[in-house]
Amino acid sequence: MHRHPDRKLSLILPAVLVALVAASCGGSSTPAPASTAPSPSAAAAPSTAPSPSAAATTLKVALVAPSAVNDLAFTQSMVEALNSLKGKYNLEIAVSDNQFVVATAANVIQTYATQGFNLIIAHGSQYGSTIQQLAPKFPNVSFAWGTAGSTYDLPNVFAYQVNSNEGGYVQGAMAAMLSKSKVLGVIGPIAVGDAKLYVDGFCAGAKSVASSISCIPVYTGSFSDVSLMAAAATTFVANKADVLTGTAQAVVGAIGIAKTNNLPWFGTQWTQVSLAQSNVVSSQVYDWAPIVEEILTDIQGGKLGGTTFTATLANGGAKIDFNPGFNLPAEVKAKADSLIKGITDGSIKVPQ
Amino acid sequence: MNQFFTVDVLTVTVASGIALATPFLLAALGETIGQRSGVINLGVDGIMLLAAFATYYTALRTGNLLLAVLAGAATGTVMGVVTALVSVTLKAEQGISGIGVYLFGLGFSALLFQKLVGTPLPIATLPPVGIPLLEGIPVIGGMFFRQSLLVYLAFLLVPVVSFVLNRTTYGLKIRAVGENPAAADSLGVSVARIRWSTLVIGSTFSGLAGASLLMYGGIFQVNLTQAEGFIAVALVYFGAWRPVGVMGGALLYGLVGVVILTWKSLGIIPLNASDLAATAPAVITVLALLFLARRFRQPAALGRPYEREG
Repeated sequence: MHRHPDRKLSLILPAVLVALVAASCGGSSTPAPASTAPSPSAAAAPSTAPSPSAAATTLKVALVAPSAVNDLAFTQSMVEALNSLKGKYNLEIAVSDNQFVVATAANVIQTYATQGFNLIIAHGSQYGSTIQQLAPKFPNVSFAWGTAGSTYDLPNVFAYQVNSNEGGYVQGAMAAMLSKSKVLGVIGPIAVGDAKLYVDGFCAGAKSVASSISCIPVYTGSFSDVSLMAAAATTFVANKADVLTGTAQAVVGAIGIAKTNNLPWFGTQWTQVSLAQSNVVSSQVYDWAPIVEEILTDIQGGKLGGTTFTATLANGGAKIDFNPGFNLPAEVKAKADSLIKGITDGSIKVPQ
Repeated sequence: MNQFFTVDVLTVTVASGIALATPFLLAALGETIGQRSGVINLGVDGIMLLAAFATYYTALRTGNLLLAVLAGAATGTVMGVVTALVSVTLKAEQGISGIGVYLFGLGFSALLFQKLVGTPLPIATLPPVGIPLLEGIPVIGGMFFRQSLLVYLAFLLVPVVSFVLNRTTYGLKIRAVGENPAAADSLGVSVARIRWSTLVIGSTFSGLAGASLLMYGGIFQVNLTQAEGFIAVALVYFGAWRPVGVMGGALLYGLVGVVILTWKSLGIIPLNASDLAATAPAVITVLALLFLARRFRQPAALGRPYEREG
């Protein structure tokens, strides 16, 4: 039988190609920008995980997130919060980003749980079932996940969520005041979680200023499809929209359209000024630091879960970051300030 | 629905659909050339990702968009060499090696992005270029003749590829190698050389596809393509291995996607049907594929490495 001399190599090479990918594909477990990746040699059985009291000097925190640490959106907001607390709590931080495949993320979370981490933050509502399954197996490890409102009645699970509709309401009111065509372009990924809250809040805010304004959201069906978000923004511009907003990490494509057409843009989750310095009016910035700080304090006190936290404008978990590079009319800024004050002191109730 | 049928909305919808179809068209044309010679390249998506990053990084560093597009095309060429080496010279199983190339492109482009760029920054995109006289035609001008150079290039390549495949000696050799490599070999046609050339040319097209995708949004992101390369492979079947058919599939996919978005933005599609509507481009394309694909036969030697008898 004829056997080609390169046969073995031909079988090996594709495998090598696949193996090459393993180093960089499907997310990275990286110490950057704020982490110390868990060492395999440090692996320990769940029962040997350090007790909270033993970790009083150093707290090991792992973050598992669906997008990149520098996504200018959801993941970056949590990374920045951990960085801000690193010195105060002597945190040893590990980050695994781009964990958009839940099954892979579940493995990563379990690995962290066996390696002596005190707190594992699963930063995405898609990780809920994973946390529900894993947390009972590691009773000495604290888990936090969000955005979500349920701890599953587990004593070692924290949950956190954000009232993104509040910032959305403020920015929607500003957008309505800036719009001349009275058509707003609103782009979201899927109508769930904080994305839907933000979009609903934005349109409610816009209609509070101009009840007849057009504020019809487009959900592209994807959190990460940049070109689809760009296409959605293009269609809005074609339909006379003269102010745009959007949520999800893929909005970078839509921001590009706002920049090309020199239209005002409102951001959310993290500041997006760097993407369009003269177009971003303001961004609703999630500041998870106060919530994470409460969680860390609880862990140091021996409480590993059982609480749901909500970030709001009132408690500083969400903030409106105005872009000084955008020439915002004084009356619009005054309106925004009064809405923020009203929402903060409770005199204005934003519809859910 | 009336607000959809206005000149302004229809013009922008069609123009956007054509622009959105361009990466699919370029990648699918390249894949068509390869498949007509008997080689399936499932690494298209990975090649597009690497090319998109090369385009982005070059534009970011130099500000020269033409150079950036050339960098994207060149990246495709290099990946074509890699693919040909694995699939043709080493005769690896084409499906597995293609998936390997895809995964390599997905992971390596993400790694390069994280290490070399970090925080994403937008780049300038290729501006639309109006074709004199034609751009002034009412409605039609705005739809078709105010696009970027890459869009024009993609659609110009359709008749070029069609001509090469059907009217030249080189095209005849490609088809012969794809249908009956042993017979072509017996007539003195180098099967390996033809397949090498089609893979390198096809991958260069994929590189241009990555560049055009990048130029649409003006920014790179991990997994920017969202599996567009795999859709391009499916469009080759949709187009029955003919450039004009492939163009039809790409336009269908792009236009349906934009029409759905436009209908959502106009409130024609209710919010509670939004997610379902997002699947429409894929569903319609698959249905059309099921209807059309049975009418045509794929190249007889498609997917089979060639080994000379004896």
